[in-house]
Amino acid sequence: MAIVTTPTLPAAGPGTAPPARRKPARPHSPAHRGDGKLAWILISPALVGFLLFYVYPTIRGVYLSFTDFRVLSAPVWIGLDNFIQLIHDDVFWNALGVTVYFVIISVTLSIGLSIITAVILHRLTASTVLRGLIILPFLISGVVAATVWSWMLDAQLGIVNILIERLGGDNILFLTSRAWAIPSIALISVWKNLGYTSIIIFAGLQTIPPTVYEAGRIDGANEFQMFRRLTLPLLRPVLALVLVLNVIGAFQVFDIVQVATRGGPANASNVLQMYIYSKAFGQFDFGYASAMSLALFAVLIVITFLQMRLLRASESDTD
Amino acid sequence: MTSSTAIRPARRIARRFNLGKSAAWTYLVIVLFVTIFPFYWMLRTALSNNFALLTNPSSLLPVDFTLGAFRRVLGLATTQESVAEGGSGASIQLGHFILNSLIYATLSTVLIVFFSAIAAYAFARLHWRGRDFMFNLFLCALMVPGILTLLPNFVFTKELGLLNTFAGMLLPTALFSAFNIFFLRQFMLGLSTETEEAALIDGAGRIRVFLRVTLPMSSGPLFTLTILGFITAWNDYFWPLLVTSDDSVRPLTLALAVFKQSSPQAAPDWAGLMAATLVAALPMLILFMVFGKRIVNSIGFSGIK
Repeated sequence: MAIVTTPTLPAAGPGTAPPARRKPARPHSPAHRGDGKLAWILISPALVGFLLFYVYPTIRGVYLSFTDFRVLSAPVWIGLDNFIQLIHDDVFWNALGVTVYFVIISVTLSIGLSIITAVILHRLTASTVLRGLIILPFLISGVVAATVWSWMLDAQLGIVNILIERLGGDNILFLTSRAWAIPSIALISVWKNLGYTSIIIFAGLQTIPPTVYEAGRIDGANEFQMFRRLTLPLLRPVLALVLVLNVIGAFQVFDIVQVATRGGPANASNVLQMYIYSKAFGQFDFGYASAMSLALFAVLIVITFLQMRLLRASESDTD
Repeated sequence: MTSSTAIRPARRIARRFNLGKSAAWTYLVIVLFVTIFPFYWMLRTALSNNFALLTNPSSLLPVDFTLGAFRRVLGLATTQESVAEGGSGASIQLGHFILNSLIYATLSTVLIVFFSAIAAYAFARLHWRGRDFMFNLFLCALMVPGILTLLPNFVFTKELGLLNTFAGMLLPTALFSAFNIFFLRQFMLGLSTETEEAALIDGAGRIRVFLRVTLPMSSGPLFTLTILGFITAWNDYFWPLLVTSDDSVRPLTLALAVFKQSSPQAAPDWAGLMAATLVAALPMLILFMVFGKRIVNSIGFSGIK
């Protein structure tokens, strides 16, 4: 099938869509005399924020990973000790495993359902109201979402369990059993993010020109073939973006866990961010917590890189 | 919005497609139901008597209708009244925390949008040495996840003596946002320069042109960033958790989490909790009702946040 158009990321601005970047490198004209001074004044707040709260803490975070630091006294350089401790820390490996388990469930469900939802919305209706309604959970905080679902998933009084019993099933200890803690948290997280991810994919779908589908139909393709052969490949850049964002976000899950299970029962949902938090603010072991942050950062970089490679994010399948 | 119904199935496959179509609608209805139901359940539970919930947990309507839960969490009910309806006797001064959240979310949103706008203007319109280098440098910040900067930023905030202050909560996010600057710069580059140049020729200064011409012309994306920024700040949890330890500046999300965690394990005050979550979500729900369409479009356009 010959397709000529490439989709663009929906990263550009509203309706009045700004065109691709234009290089404003005109030679210095008299009209631009004095621009330099003004420019530095204008970017100075951002520059201060950038240096003090991005650059400095990044460097400092790396440095603290190699120290014993308990906040109240100055950090003491201990070389690789934190990382050696990390390798032998069962709780850390458990946390990493739990986190990966959460990431796999929540990202797979979230992306899968979002693609289906977005495609169906796109093909069935132009209603902004419907799109608005599914985005509602994105507007509330993780704390609110976790609280509501704690109630709905309650072992005795929760409406979900009551429904399961009415249908003849057995009570499920959603948030208080080892087997269900992570899947339940993943469900809450998917509930909260589904609409948001769907809308981004929906915006990606809108950049695919209808002529592509007309061509496909003339070639005799049915709905599923067109989805597999046209929609998915053309959506690849958007899907790559959404996938990377979802994975990075999921690796740092915290508020839902803290409110719904507090890492329990018995570390069954003690995700990395939770463990880092308790090391730093429960035991004031900032050096070790920083080392874990750095390890998590390294994991994220590797995974992001792999995903971009696998999905060849920058290209779409249109040559 | 461009029409999303531009593609219609050819007539000969119409019947087969209709089957698919009803399956698709069924799926949509289920998704919508699962999305909306928890909000209804919040309301239904919040309007119930917490004791009565025990006896009739599955009623679709409020059980023993009462506004007691709301009075409880807003601190309007006496301890006796609370206990009589199954509250723990502990109240959460929601009014105070709502005010904290409003101050925090409003200030952080206004500041970051303003600082991003002036920086974006410098990158989009002014000609200066080092411009492209600085812009690319700023973009590098998009690669750094919060996990790496949170702990050192906490230590730094502590050293500055800003724990338990609004300044401490605001500083790391109110000055610099790579995404905002990128987003606004791209938009400003797409604006026609004619009006601005005419104003400059008329003798208006750069700053005047920026305030009177560029800013108003960028109102669309500014609004998008404001809405998204406000939602993010209102729901912010982790950073405020780190830098606040007492109730004086704590935002609502934190107070709610504390309320949830301190409720008795055996018989939590679910009615009170749901009333509190509803109050916490209310500003977002209002925002949604007023700006729903804009929010949907904003998220679609922003792509990332």
